[in-house]
Amino acid sequence: MKYAGLLVMPAGFFLTLATLVLFPDPTRRFVFVLCALAVECIGLVVTVRGHIPSRGATRP
Amino acid sequence: MSDAAVALTLALLLIAPLAIAGIALINTGLGRSRSAAQALLGNLALIAVSAIVFVFAGASFAGTLGNSEVVFDVARKSWGILGLGSFLLHGISSASPHTQLAVVFEFLAVAMLVIIPWGSGADRFRLAGGCAAAAALSGIVFPLAANWIWNTGWLSALGGNFSLGAGFLDTAGAGTVHLVGGLSALAVVWIAGPRRGKFPREGLSTAMPGHNAVYVLSGCIVALVGWLAWNVAGAILWLHAPLTQLPVTAINTLLSASGALVTTLSVTRFRFGKPDASLCANGWLAGLVTSSACAAIVSPVAALFIGGVTGFFTPLLVELLELALSIDDPSGAITVHGAAGLWGLLATGIFSPQQGQMLAQLVGIAALLGLMLPLIYLLFAALNRLVPFRVDPDGERIGMDLHELGGGAYPEFVIHRDESYR
Repeated sequence: MKYAGLLVMPAGFFLTLATLVLFPDPTRRFVFVLCALAVECIGLVVTVRGHIPSRGATRP
Repeated sequence: MSDAAVALTLALLLIAPLAIAGIALINTGLGRSRSAAQALLGNLALIAVSAIVFVFAGASFAGTLGNSEVVFDVARKSWGILGLGSFLLHGISSASPHTQLAVVFEFLAVAMLVIIPWGSGADRFRLAGGCAAAAALSGIVFPLAANWIWNTGWLSALGGNFSLGAGFLDTAGAGTVHLVGGLSALAVVWIAGPRRGKFPREGLSTAMPGHNAVYVLSGCIVALVGWLAWNVAGAILWLHAPLTQLPVTAINTLLSASGALVTTLSVTRFRFGKPDASLCANGWLAGLVTSSACAAIVSPVAALFIGGVTGFFTPLLVELLELALSIDDPSGAITVHGAAGLWGLLATGIFSPQQGQMLAQLVGIAALLGLMLPLIYLLFAALNRLVPFRVDPDGERIGMDLHELGGGAYPEFVIHRDESYR
């Protein structure tokens, strides 16, 4: 799960690049860059959750 | 660049290493006494490794000397990605004073970057692993960020290419150093794992307080001196700020740290009945980190407010990371450097008078967050297979000082027994 999250994060970045290239309108750019950041946050959340040890798991 | 500006910038860059010294003291004080010498030696070792790797390769990829660059032409815009300058700083003697000073700044910046994750791995991060991580950060990660943000890379060109304010602004390294450092700290914490006994199977996490509050709080004052110099030097080099604007930059740095400290003090007083010294130190340092992004741009009142916000979320986020997400971060670097750096970059966009600046900041944050964390994590995971980051259990039990250095930092004092922790 952690690696899936780490793959989603660059997807958000490439969405940002696409937004800059495809949308000349400032308002649309702003909204889509926020959406791209939201995608990155989802990826980060998935990565974080993948690293939280489950209850009863072996700990150092 | 006038002679006065060159002389002033050089003088400031000679004082700026005090910021690194402050962070090193803080990180050592927040760790355990059985690992204190290894922690401080590690700071020196990582700074040395970063300087050597940066001169061999990193400076070339950062493109500061500007010899040549990897540039993509997409949608009729030039996107500078990576420098391809001469290795070993060939040609630096004939470069302009501004370029030479910029290289000095980058050497200091990469030194500060590599010690940030070292603090997060306190008490279990091996010296060899730390050096390997420092080499990766200074050879690949930092040069990428520095090229994009400070030199001729695509983030600095957002203003010209897409009319986004003045392009992505990062005056003194809130993004290149602190956000990247915070993400590196997160990667180290995940790969090395928590300290033994930190998260028992049942109940709350075990409190493992720092062993020396005097180091921590002294480090905060030392860091302030270095940060004042750092932010003013960054304003001259990257913003080309006039000399008349520099005192305000210094005032904003102090106000940001002060606002953060007062807020953290109030929050911890309210939550725990008494202020918490180490959390207040974290708040102060987070305020300094936030000022790295915006001290040269915002007004004094805005700097105070921005610092206040930093001081509010710092103790709460430190607690959240440990209790809710089981992240063992002794120095609080993920919050202090990562989150505070991110807030500083956002605040620069919010309080900047320029049209489009907020969007430029968001694009930069998206780039740093979306690309740097996966890159750093994968690099560190690969390095961990070659040079293990984590010490073995026996080594952790006797302490990093005895295990790695053969001698403790405090040989005349009794070290706490392990049974004092659950």
